[in-house]
Amino acid sequence: MATLKTKSNELIHPMEHLLRMDRIPHIWCPGCGIGTAVTAFASALEKSKIDLDKVCIVSGIGCTGRVAGYVKLDSFHTTHGRAIAFATGITLGNPDLKVVVFSGDGDLISIGGNHFIHAARRNINMLVICVNNFIYAMTGGQVAPTTPLSAYATTSPFGCVEPPFNIPYIADSSGAVYVARWTALHIRRLTNSMAEALNKPGFSVIEVISPCAMYYSRINKLGDGLDMMKFYHDNSEIKHGEDTKNLDIGFQTKITVGKFVDRERPTYTESYKKWLSEIKRKK
Amino acid sequence: MKHWRTPFDIEEVKVPQGEIHIIKDRCKGCSFCVEYCPKDVLEMSEEYNAKGYHPPRVKNPENCVNCGLCEMLCPEFAIWSTLKEENED
Repeated sequence: MATLKTKSNELIHPMEHLLRMDRIPHIWCPGCGIGTAVTAFASALEKSKIDLDKVCIVSGIGCTGRVAGYVKLDSFHTTHGRAIAFATGITLGNPDLKVVVFSGDGDLISIGGNHFIHAARRNINMLVICVNNFIYAMTGGQVAPTTPLSAYATTSPFGCVEPPFNIPYIADSSGAVYVARWTALHIRRLTNSMAEALNKPGFSVIEVISPCAMYYSRINKLGDGLDMMKFYHDNSEIKHGEDTKNLDIGFQTKITVGKFVDRERPTYTESYKKWLSEIKRKK
Repeated sequence: MKHWRTPFDIEEVKVPQGEIHIIKDRCKGCSFCVEYCPKDVLEMSEEYNAKGYHPPRVKNPENCVNCGLCEMLCPEFAIWSTLKEENED
């Protein structure tokens, strides 16, 4: 990569043209994996050679919801859980845009769960990057719909009793065309996956398992962010094309990662245009 | 580097030499780059940066092959590598 320099001849990071540098350093804790996911996204934007004026990024509320404010693209920071609803509106208003929803598990799957399944059902042209850190981190470590059974959180002091969601399974069964899961450590595979999904029309979902060093790991006594990264290194198995039924994540169990679904379905915009022309022809 | 046989293209292929750049004051001391550097180039330093964290330090600069893993893993956009120009030596 070419070396970039500022006016005062200082070296600058090669990704700075994709970031709003007036807002950096970001608010994420030391050892958090969201920054790594943003780095992967920035490299994927360069790799996919997509026109940056045609990319729009939408985030909800939460730790990952801050991404829209840090990336130097057209971006929306929306209300809690409504990122996909806003993104649907953007796609319908301007079908030429590639809309990327970058948000967390609590935002997309819990509060915005309904929008998630319906956008997948309609196959609206967007890429959903769901950073899963197993907990509501920004609000203080409450139980999220992805918190594994028996894991501790501030609102489950005796261990979580609710079975968690399996995000790739929901996405697959609701009709997403591209479903992948990687951890924040599988950085090159994650970048390739994002670049592939950016060029794929339809509802694509990439789940990024990210360490939460301040809440999830502290409450469950799992060490710092680096210890969680080491755990992912030792306990993740790459199984491409695995049945999404088998992708449940338990507390400190093996994590199956890979690309699970890659199929073709007509997107909402295509079906709508086709339907409209048929109706016009009949009249 | 040890080879079990001499590669045919050993004359043509050159191991790239990278140069690490660190913005110390942006670092939050997560040590991902130090842990996962495949060539063991970095180590954590004893000094403190403006935020009070220990930034990494280049331990073996000659080992860097400009693979870019530190740049991709860093959550803070604080470290990256560039290819060292050949004409310097």
